[in-house]
Amino acid sequence: MKLTLSWLKDHLDTVEPLEKLADKLTMIGLEVEDIVDKAALLKPFVIAKVLTAGKHPNADKLQVCSVDTGAGEPVQVVCGAPNARAGLVTVFAAPGTYIPAKDFTIGVGNIRGVESRGMLCSAAELAISEDHDGIIELPADAPVGAAYAEWAELGDPVLDINLTPNRQDCAGVHGIARDLAAADMGRLKDQPLKPIKGEFPCPVKVTVEDEALCPGFALRLVRGVKNGPSPEWLQKRLTAIGLRPINALVDITNYLTFDRSRPLHVFDAAKVKGNLVVRRAKDGETLLALDGRTYTLDPSVCVIADDHGVESLAGIMGGELSGCSADTTDVLIESALWNEINIAQSGRKLAINTDARYRFERGVDPAFMVPGLELATKLVMEFCGGTPSEAIVVGRSFGDDRVIDFPLSETKRLAGIDVSLTEARRILTHLGFIVAGQGPVVKVAVPSWRSDVHGKADIVEEIVRIVGVDQVPMVPFERGDKPRKPVLTPIQNRTRRAKRGLAARGLTEAVTWSFIGKDAAELFGGGQAELALANPIASDLSDMRPSLLPGLIAAAQANADRSYPDLALFEVGQVFKGDKPQDQMMAASGVRRGVASSAGLGRHWSGSAPASALDAKADAFAVLAAAGAPMQGLQVATNKLPGWLHPGRSGAIQIGPNVLGYFGELHPRVLEALKADGPVVAFEVILDKIPDAKQKPTRAKPQIELSAFHPVSRDFAFIVDRKVAAADLVRAAQSVDKKLITSVGVFDVYEGKGIDPDKKSIAIAVTLQPREKTMTDAEIDAVGAKIVAEVTKKTGGVLRG
Amino acid sequence: MSNLENLQSQILADITAASDEAALEAVRVGALGKKGSVSALLATLGKMDPEQRKTEGAAINLAKDSINAALIARRDVLKAAALDARLKAETIDVTLPLREPLAEQGRIHPLSQVWDEVTTIFADMGFAVAEGPDIETDDYNFTKLNFPVGHPAREMHDTFFFNPKEDGSRLLLRTHTSPVQVRTMLSQKPPIRVICPGRTYRIDSDATHTPQFHQVEGLVIDKGSHLGHLKWILHEFCKAFFEVDQLNMRFRPSFFPFTEPSLEVDIQCRRSGGEIRFGEGEDWLEILGCGMVHPNVLRACDIDPDVYQGFAWGMGIDRIAMLKYGMSDLRQLFEADARWLAHYGFKPLDIPTLAGGLSS
Repeated sequence: MKLTLSWLKDHLDTVEPLEKLADKLTMIGLEVEDIVDKAALLKPFVIAKVLTAGKHPNADKLQVCSVDTGAGEPVQVVCGAPNARAGLVTVFAAPGTYIPAKDFTIGVGNIRGVESRGMLCSAAELAISEDHDGIIELPADAPVGAAYAEWAELGDPVLDINLTPNRQDCAGVHGIARDLAAADMGRLKDQPLKPIKGEFPCPVKVTVEDEALCPGFALRLVRGVKNGPSPEWLQKRLTAIGLRPINALVDITNYLTFDRSRPLHVFDAAKVKGNLVVRRAKDGETLLALDGRTYTLDPSVCVIADDHGVESLAGIMGGELSGCSADTTDVLIESALWNEINIAQSGRKLAINTDARYRFERGVDPAFMVPGLELATKLVMEFCGGTPSEAIVVGRSFGDDRVIDFPLSETKRLAGIDVSLTEARRILTHLGFIVAGQGPVVKVAVPSWRSDVHGKADIVEEIVRIVGVDQVPMVPFERGDKPRKPVLTPIQNRTRRAKRGLAARGLTEAVTWSFIGKDAAELFGGGQAELALANPIASDLSDMRPSLLPGLIAAAQANADRSYPDLALFEVGQVFKGDKPQDQMMAASGVRRGVASSAGLGRHWSGSAPASALDAKADAFAVLAAAGAPMQGLQVATNKLPGWLHPGRSGAIQIGPNVLGYFGELHPRVLEALKADGPVVAFEVILDKIPDAKQKPTRAKPQIELSAFHPVSRDFAFIVDRKVAAADLVRAAQSVDKKLITSVGVFDVYEGKGIDPDKKSIAIAVTLQPREKTMTDAEIDAVGAKIVAEVTKKTGGVLRG
Repeated sequence: MSNLENLQSQILADITAASDEAALEAVRVGALGKKGSVSALLATLGKMDPEQRKTEGAAINLAKDSINAALIARRDVLKAAALDARLKAETIDVTLPLREPLAEQGRIHPLSQVWDEVTTIFADMGFAVAEGPDIETDDYNFTKLNFPVGHPAREMHDTFFFNPKEDGSRLLLRTHTSPVQVRTMLSQKPPIRVICPGRTYRIDSDATHTPQFHQVEGLVIDKGSHLGHLKWILHEFCKAFFEVDQLNMRFRPSFFPFTEPSLEVDIQCRRSGGEIRFGEGEDWLEILGCGMVHPNVLRACDIDPDVYQGFAWGMGIDRIAMLKYGMSDLRQLFEADARWLAHYGFKPLDIPTLAGGLSS
């Protein structure tokens, strides 16, 4: 919402300086985003007269002008504007002048071999309008040499207010002035309007077919008007807030839209055939609107029609054919009320944003429908003459009878501040409320223009914002005697620890998009219809991700493309298996590409290697350990693997049948589909699937057992088939005596020279922890023999000689 | 000089001349071994008369002791020299560059770090952490939060929708974390003190808007909490979060459908170049919105607004992270550029605590 200071002063009798008014506006909820003082910005631009204009010797579209700038000798200026001509009075910028719209400072130029000492300017170049068709044309008697901005009275500062959607009443300068008056910034000028006496019945009748769409409609004919440019002061105001003056009749409607938040429409009565009817559009009806575009309508849109058909999109935009032009002599003025939701929906559907739509969809003051018509009529007669008809008013009541029972204590209860009845009454009365009673509960009648006020809390807001939120004292918010318990849920703690655990392994945390392309989603088990966005911003951000890996793979590739090929990235974030709340899970995933083994990134003298599936396994186990998974119970299975993994270099991590996640090398086909270079290794663990730890009654750990007897270690090497899983061999050894054997470690795996090509050697170190006495050699040998027998039985392995 | 004296001085000379432990051992064996020269002299004692044996024996033993002492002394010298020589040969290049420790290489994303910082501060004030799903219903995201159907306030949120279901309903991506407040109020009896951090979505994409972003909202519902408490909490939070002793804040009336009265909050700052300093300067920077929970929202969540009251606030985690740590472009948060993450990320052991400091 833009307005100028002088415009505000039409409605507010004030002596306060601009800065104070602006600060106050912000502090009462009408945030001033910007104040533009064009006079200061445009100071160097002067009025000048083109003395001669001749063809440029080297360019068809340029002219060489001699310009009287009012400062001595005429200067030579090369100008490309088609309207540059001898005798034209326009605006001149001397070398050294900053041109706001172009963001540069003009110098002495040489344009195609001809010196140019300055510039003749368009309105667009001065950033005062969009008009860049040619240089500014000023009246012949404009004073050459004078500062343009001052002459044009651009010195009226323009305030831009960031209006919140609830304050439709402040979409008019009058409403803003009312708020300022309530906040002690002056006195509201609120003269009552005198009704205009109609001199004949309005010859055009109005029928409203659907009262829900159009609760009220007022119309009047003014006969014998002389339309033309509106008065200069009005044109200047409209120009200042970025509107283009058109003609007096149209300018009046725009003016009242901003002055009173009362959008109006004017029809050229000569172009309206028969009576007006307010109705839903028929399927396929079209309207050439004032913006020059033709809209095809359907019954969801409310229109004003005559015998020709649709003449106006109700509350949004008028039609081109029945619009007012310089030739208009009889004008129909419309002031109506429209259904807010219907206006919002129609505006959205037709993609038309107008100042009228903005106000109607937020709900205009219903009680001002008829006064708005009167005010418009008064201005029409003032600017264009003419004879008014009587007004036709369709609809029932346009008042409002909202009365709120307001306990004065409510302000203290909600806002923590005591406001006396006197003060509350003063504030509310200034804002147009009527307060009745002496408390403790008063009756507050809400003014018709405050469609946002419905209850006690709204009244508290009105009082507090005018008193000033800064007057509300801060009160410590004690935590009380609530026990100091941890506040994070198990999954929140897991998430937090998973991140730190992975970063501690040298991985870098990324945060990627929750949505990915459909193809990528499908590769990882996603792409279901219920997870596809109806309105994605891009085709590669169309589906909720079933996995973090597509995002991480793309990120890793992007880094590789920037010449950072050795990379270990992880993400801990939400993935989606369906659209129900329980289908959203927290995944911890990572990728390694290039020289990025667990030892570190990049080549190093101490040893470095390309990332392998086992590095991904190490990451997965590290994150599970950090997140508190029962590590003893984890098993790696290779029989049921998802399609995105290399079938021979990957595994699933399970507790019994419960799969917690996967790790391994990514399938080359998947990488190819994602346009990523391989190999890339990856893991993905679903943190929600980790079983919850048992709640313990105390924090004490079980008593430690320190054995008096030394542990004994024995090594065994077995030759087994290549396909035998090391984990099976370890489990077989372990199973011999679960109590005595405290650990079985694999310390060597060998394939190659000296061993059958389809065999491998696995060497294990078995630790025995005697509990009651030191073991004899015979006892140790007996256990060893059992281990060999069990391993042979389970794996077919033979003790290596 | 007697034979014994000659022998002794010869042996001692040999000991001094021995250049290594092997040579020294040869001298020892030559002198004191079974067939050594001193041993041979001792063997002659048996044939002597007792008187002679007494004097000769004493002399030989004296010589033997001195030889032994010399042997030990020389052995120590040679041993030390040998060790020195060995160690001198055992050099390695200690200037070889190390790998950076993994815990120094790894990085925590600034958003995770700030999430931890925010949680730490509010946990100390007695707030629990509530979370909810990203995919929400229109009812929880809008209607229960007092956004009337078709109201332009809904347009403040450019919403991502899913396709309509058979029954005509359609799910959406939450545009704020306020539906978590709704879920909390529906599932928990007052008093309520929670913060709701999470990912949120709006159709928007430029330097200051991304289609996904993160918010942390707070909610207090009880029988006495008012705007004064709200102001205090936010003031305390901002001082703690931005790690400044004093910070001026400006509370401006504003509008949100779900709060009444509604406020926006600016913090005082000074901008110079690309840097923003808090707690000084003349500029105001908007950082959050807040207000008293709207009676309609309480009613929609089965809470009687005449008995209970409370407040809520919401701020962008991305935004406060960028402000605190000087990141200029929101989009970079989600681009996973390893250079950016290495620069703006945090080390895994930089865990925010109130005792040790939020940031170190």
